[in-house]
Amino acid sequence: MQYNRLALYGLLGIAALMVLSPVFIMVSTSLKSMDEIRNGSIFTLPADPGFAAWGKAWFGDCAKTLGDKCGGLSSSFLTSVKIVIPALALSVGLGAITGYALAVWKMKGANLMFAALLVGMFIPPQVTLYPLIIMIRELGIFGSIGGLILVHVIWGIAFTTMMFRNFFKTVPQDLLKAARIDGAGFWRLFWHVMLPLSLPILGVAMILQFTYIWNDFLLGLTFGGRSGQPMTVALNNLVGSQFGEKEYNVDMAATMLTALPTLAVYLLSGRLFVRGIAAGAVKG
Amino acid sequence: MAEPAQGGLKPSQGGRRRWRPQWTARMALIPAMTITIVCFYGFIIWTFVISLTRSRLLPVYKFTGFDQYFRLFANERWWTAMQNLAIHGVLFIGGCMLFGYLLAILIDRGIKAEGLFRTVFMLPLSMSFIVTGVIWQWVMNPGLGLQEAVRALGWASFEFNWIVRPDRSIYTLAIAGIWQQVGLCMALFLAGLRNIDPNIWKATRVDGIPVWRVYLHVITPMLRTVFFTVFILMSAIVMKAFDLVVALTGGGPGFSSDLPARFVVDHILNRQELGLGAAGAFVLLCTVIAVISPYIHFELRKERGGRGH
Repeated sequence: MQYNRLALYGLLGIAALMVLSPVFIMVSTSLKSMDEIRNGSIFTLPADPGFAAWGKAWFGDCAKTLGDKCGGLSSSFLTSVKIVIPALALSVGLGAITGYALAVWKMKGANLMFAALLVGMFIPPQVTLYPLIIMIRELGIFGSIGGLILVHVIWGIAFTTMMFRNFFKTVPQDLLKAARIDGAGFWRLFWHVMLPLSLPILGVAMILQFTYIWNDFLLGLTFGGRSGQPMTVALNNLVGSQFGEKEYNVDMAATMLTALPTLAVYLLSGRLFVRGIAAGAVKG
Repeated sequence: MAEPAQGGLKPSQGGRRRWRPQWTARMALIPAMTITIVCFYGFIIWTFVISLTRSRLLPVYKFTGFDQYFRLFANERWWTAMQNLAIHGVLFIGGCMLFGYLLAILIDRGIKAEGLFRTVFMLPLSMSFIVTGVIWQWVMNPGLGLQEAVRALGWASFEFNWIVRPDRSIYTLAIAGIWQQVGLCMALFLAGLRNIDPNIWKATRVDGIPVWRVYLHVITPMLRTVFFTVFILMSAIVMKAFDLVVALTGGGPGFSSDLPARFVVDHILNRQELGLGAAGAFVLLCTVIAVISPYIHFELRKERGGRGH
């Protein structure tokens, strides 16, 4: 029996090490100098840890790049922030209202519409990519932050609606009846009864939408143009197109910087993230 | 009919108040409905229409029937991508399910620090596929990465250069993909295991059945709907896989690790082969529908049975 427990913890420990070691390698490589990287192993701790590579990743290396920009991630970090905040607010807000209307105000065809929306979650974005490009171009917002916000709202609405609709379905009918007897209309019922009830789901939806939008690559690549590059696109360009010798410490520092916001949200939110990720897993 | 007004209770104010909120509700659905109809289904049809034309850089509505599909099916790179999708799909889905289930079982054995282990296993999920791809590209770098680190430990003939070998590069996608998604499978399986009636465990203990046999012959068959769900979710991820292959191998060496989703984007955005890309996208959609439709059917039936999520 004792040996069984030992084996159990041993296996879990090995699995945890295997999951964590790439993260460890990323952090430790980013703190090393290129000399140390060339002469050492990826598994060793940095002998003389320093943030020089982080600085280069953030501000860029003006000696190495062509053109007026130094190639740092700081400007695309700002772009990502400018995309995430409005896209998050709009997609979660619209999802809450749509989910509420579908769940509470049972209308003819509400289930059909919900099914259509649910199926939409599975559509690979590549399938509707080109028509979406035409639409965004016709609206005159191609290559701008506004265009990216709009496509994120379009792609996020199925997930947020599903979260809220499924939650509002579980609200007891008696509560709704009581509110209706008090004469609460569509918006009053939403603001004063349903939205306060849905705070946990609101948290889950916001955390997941934040992660999805921040981590998106395809939409940023397609709709961002030169000026609207989010961080994932900038990271991929940085890693893919360095002149001269590749600087792995800078690559890893840039990777770390890109991963930090979602990592922080995950570590701080804990259970809420777990709750949402299962529901939203269909979103690739 | 408005649900809140159903049953014995009726608002005393009468009809006016019963109907007005209904109309507000309908108005509130307009944005979502427009997106669903236009941007989901309308755009699918539009892509299909483009796939029937000879469009290259821009859409040109000169129809050529199914020519683009014939070109697609005669395209060697497309078949490499489809074959890769099959290989990657089997390895990634199989690996995630196997390791995810094993981790869930280990965690379900009543361990201390369960929360810590769960947090660790799900950590990669919060990172993007781009981040995952860049990290693993570095770990699998044949010059300075894992291969060199193991050789430095004394195993001089150790070889792990799959990422630069055309015959092996597709397997590196599964390694990085499993690393990232195994936590999700674990979480879903763990939720399933926690739903199992404790009396089953009591009964098997009384009968003296070894734990591993209980898992294999009793618990696993009981979790078949969970297995089904996990399979579908992982399939959806695999068929959309684009970011990971871009960041990890760039589809290379050559096109040896290309996937259909990357083929489509490349032809639409870079190669000015809009018609061919659209045909590829539509074939991809059909593949998704074939795999997903049993799941949608299952979900909607569950819905009608009156159970929410």
